[in-house]
Amino acid sequence: MSQAQDTETVQEDGIINSVSGPVVTAADLDARMNDVVYVGDEGLMGEVIEIEGNLTTIQVYEETSGVGPGEPVENTGEPLSVDLGPGMLDSIYDGVQRPLDVLEQKMGSAFLDRGVDAPGIDLEKTWEFTPEVSEGETVEPGDVVGTVPETVTIEHKVMVPPDYEGGEVVSVEEGSFSVEETVVELSTGEEISMHQEWPVREARPAGEKMTPTDPLVTGQRIQDGLFPLAKGGTAAIPGPFGSGKTVTQQQLAKWSDADIVVYIGCGERGNEMTEVIEDFPELPDPQTGNPLMARTCLIANTSNMPVAARESCIYTGITIAEYYRDMGYDVALMADSTSRWAEAMREISSRLEEMPGEEGYPAYLAASLSEFYERAGLFQLFNGGVGSISVVGAVSPPGGDFSEPVTQNTLRIVKTFWALDSDLAEKRHFPSINWNESYSLYSQQLDPWYRENVAQDYPEVRQWAVDVLDEEAELQEIVQLVGKDALPEDQQLTLEVSRYIREAWLQQDAFNDTDTYCEPEKTYRMLQAIKTFNDEAFNALEAGVPVEEISNIDAAPQLNRMGVAEEWNEFIDDLENSIEEQIRELY
Amino acid sequence: MKEYQTITEISGPLVFAEVDEPIGYDEIVEIETPQGDTLRGQVLESSDGLVSIQVFEGTGGIDRNASVRFLGETMKMPVTEDLLGRVLDGSGNPIDGGPDIVPEERQDIVGAAINPYSREYPEEFIQTGVSAIDGMNTLVRGQKLPIFSGSGLPHNDLALQIARQATVPEEEEGGEEGSEFAVIFGAMGITAEEANEFMDDFERTGALERSVVFMNLADDPAVERTVTPRMALTTAEYLAFEKDYHVLVILTDMTNYCEALREIGAAREEVPGRRGYPGYMYTDLAQLYERAGRIEGRDGSVTQIPILTMPGDDDTHPIPDLTGYITEGQIMMDRDLNSQGIEPPINVSPSLSRLMDDGIGEGLTRGDHADVKDQLFAAYAEGKDLRDLVNIVGREALSETDNKYLDFADRFEEEFVQQGNDTNRTIDETLEIGWDLLSMLPKEQLNRIDEDLIEEHYREDEGESETVEATAD
Ligand SMILES: Nc1ncnc2c1ncn2[C@@H]1O[C@H](COP(=O)(O)OP(=O)(O)O)[C@@H](O)[C@H]1O
Ligand SMILES: [Mg+2]
Repeated sequence: MSQAQDTETVQEDGIINSVSGPVVTAADLDARMNDVVYVGDEGLMGEVIEIEGNLTTIQVYEETSGVGPGEPVENTGEPLSVDLGPGMLDSIYDGVQRPLDVLEQKMGSAFLDRGVDAPGIDLEKTWEFTPEVSEGETVEPGDVVGTVPETVTIEHKVMVPPDYEGGEVVSVEEGSFSVEETVVELSTGEEISMHQEWPVREARPAGEKMTPTDPLVTGQRIQDGLFPLAKGGTAAIPGPFGSGKTVTQQQLAKWSDADIVVYIGCGERGNEMTEVIEDFPELPDPQTGNPLMARTCLIANTSNMPVAARESCIYTGITIAEYYRDMGYDVALMADSTSRWAEAMREISSRLEEMPGEEGYPAYLAASLSEFYERAGLFQLFNGGVGSISVVGAVSPPGGDFSEPVTQNTLRIVKTFWALDSDLAEKRHFPSINWNESYSLYSQQLDPWYRENVAQDYPEVRQWAVDVLDEEAELQEIVQLVGKDALPEDQQLTLEVSRYIREAWLQQDAFNDTDTYCEPEKTYRMLQAIKTFNDEAFNALEAGVPVEEISNIDAAPQLNRMGVAEEWNEFIDDLENSIEEQIRELY
Repeated sequence: MKEYQTITEISGPLVFAEVDEPIGYDEIVEIETPQGDTLRGQVLESSDGLVSIQVFEGTGGIDRNASVRFLGETMKMPVTEDLLGRVLDGSGNPIDGGPDIVPEERQDIVGAAINPYSREYPEEFIQTGVSAIDGMNTLVRGQKLPIFSGSGLPHNDLALQIARQATVPEEEEGGEEGSEFAVIFGAMGITAEEANEFMDDFERTGALERSVVFMNLADDPAVERTVTPRMALTTAEYLAFEKDYHVLVILTDMTNYCEALREIGAAREEVPGRRGYPGYMYTDLAQLYERAGRIEGRDGSVTQIPILTMPGDDDTHPIPDLTGYITEGQIMMDRDLNSQGIEPPINVSPSLSRLMDDGIGEGLTRGDHADVKDQLFAAYAEGKDLRDLVNIVGREALSETDNKYLDFADRFEEEFVQQGNDTNRTIDETLEIGWDLLSMLPKEQLNRIDEDLIEEHYREDEGESETVEATAD
């Protein structure tokens, strides 16, 4: 969180009037909506969320036990903002961008204490600044004035802040500087440092949104193969507890081909964040081989941390994502879970005694959700570049019932829907994404990319798989009534093929070192191998070979081992040959 | 300390009083009734001149003349290692006739959140000796793994079995002087009979010496139930993170805790959430369940096994639903298995241990564990699916392989899950039973298991003897 230093704007103190959990009212406070205030003798951080007459309502980002009426409230006069600059990658923040490692140090404890603040980036640390402009050049907002090696993977671009006027460069520095030192000065008197601040509830400006044409390659077969997400697109993963929301999001954070990943643990488990903190520095980024942490920014406001900071963590995350987008990067943002965010809104709203909407959620739920997802997209940037933010939101519907307001309002906005299914999870079919219910509205616009980069006939092979799965769904209804043996032979064969599509292709074990990541080429070839089996098998069937004999060829079960095969190209070559040979031997 | 005789309203468990000094949110209050009883409560809302107070023991006996004292501090738990072996009431007062407790520290019962950066990821396998848990839904140190049960099901027996048998084989083998083990038992609104079940077992096995028992029984004040688990967890954190104990916390019955939350919410005329439970119940429960885990640099750990009875056996009810969204999995008790006499009646399919994957494998349990578990899950699911079909079309209409899956599912329940409350199986024994059962199926069906492992463990004769049996039927 950014620390207000502007002493001129500090206002007269107000006085606490009432305290109810995270909601505090203060009298005589001179404040604007969304101003950050320090509440009580301990100076707990809060934000103004309602002003009525002389009473100001504040949501407090820290526990309020023991805080009482009469204590002072101090206004910083600034809206809730994040610190932007080098040092955000490889960091872990709470919901108001306080670095959790710094908090541990300052508090001297493993438990989160109150009233301790810390800037979002290290203000003392120095960085090597290399200018990209020279004196006399004219720069405008968004233009890159220099670069800083932020991590082994990412070159940080220092830009003219969007709220500057811009002008002629009158002086440029080069070398080691702290983020607050001026590195470029403009004729307008504006000074540019490596540090910017931005209010989190306001989208950072960018140029026009464009239609995405590249997929966010995830290395996950069901996503890349059936329901792709575009770079700059939006996706939702709703599902009951234990169906795979978090593992899916973590898989995307690990393996997708984004430049930058912002991962928000919003109101979820502490250990899940710990797992990421422990794993990511060890795991290699599939693009560069560097540690994954070098491209990752974590925001952890777990379920037991203050609920108001849970409400703001989504905004903190998306603002950081926008900042890297402005540098021209492809950013992927995961939010686990947007339902906890919505519940935080509901909790605050009910303490304000606002008129509740559907299921107690505030009437502005739909608006807040769409504002958030609207901040995703593929953008033309002011500096001439292009950057994108892809947003993936987990949704946790009560009782797993998708008809509830958060799921429904989300589905109205997002274009990719990965529907998790508890029946599949119970059978340990992972990822438990239901292939009949899920969809991606990006498929068609991404087809050219797949044709060019993976295989000319990729869309056709995908369509074949979809058709087989559809047919299986119909046949299963009959099987439930009469048993499989009562079906004609060709339909029995279809069931056999679709079983391989499900078990050998759609299933993917996130915990297997090889299977956890699957290149699009491998995804394609695996499906092709199953199609080879299909085509050979139907030829044999037509030639009069009984279905039982065809299914029993030795090579067929090997299809299930493609996912874990390391030398997959050879493995699949051999397997396709064996399948051909063994089936052709039957007639 | 000022005394007020300013009560303006009494409603359900709440008392409203006027004050002329600032009172802190969550502060502790003592109310003295005209009869001379002292009741304790907590400030729920504090505004200029008026506070609302939630009274733990219930508001019976309070009238406008009762006097109200604000203690100027939030609720504390007096903690010391000497608590081990003691039995306390739901508010932390000794009820075992033992000596007064001389605290080493008094700790705030609300408990601060553990900084996620300071946690250590739990991955030490706890062997409970129960196959359905160790083999299929492994528990690790520092996990929160609730038992989802229904009224009348033997969840207490299972919890006790776990408390009795839990060991960390790695430490035992290494002969390491690991940290000591302690049990914290927090009872909320359970019957005296159930409480005795626990106490008798603790006494019989000598576990009481290393236990701290908090008792809020069915006829104790409901509102006190909101305090009991916090007292228990504060004690657990103290023993784990300051005194290096490995603490197992059993909380039962979380359903009664949630009922108490609902009662308070209703009395405050809050806008209710799903089925009348407060909208903040997720946050409230998280503040309990997240008080489990390991901390970097500390030797102890807090492992939680909360028990809840699902109203109407419905796992979409808000209590199990919100719990499952917070805890690291769940162990599901099943009424059908129970009536079949399976002991413990655990349905492994909807059960889950989210921390299993990092807690098993070579050097932790066994190299084949993950594959065996995956295959057992898949085969059991397949067998159960076929049960529905066989009711319609009969066994004859199914293929030979399908029949094997049906037999597999039956034997899985009767031999793997079924074991009895006094049987303590090692992880080796559990996995070997797994292989016995998997060997009923043709080798090529074992597509979740590495081929080398199949070569090593598959029993070549098993499959055939089964086929013979099946035809003989
Ligand atoms: N792709 C996967 N591969 C293997 N196991 C998975 C996969 N997805 C989910 N799981 C299993 O399911 C469990 C629950 O998944 P999780 O993502 O935590 O669910 P949710 O977030 O929906 O509650 C995990 O602990 C893991 O055991
Ligand atoms: Mg999750």
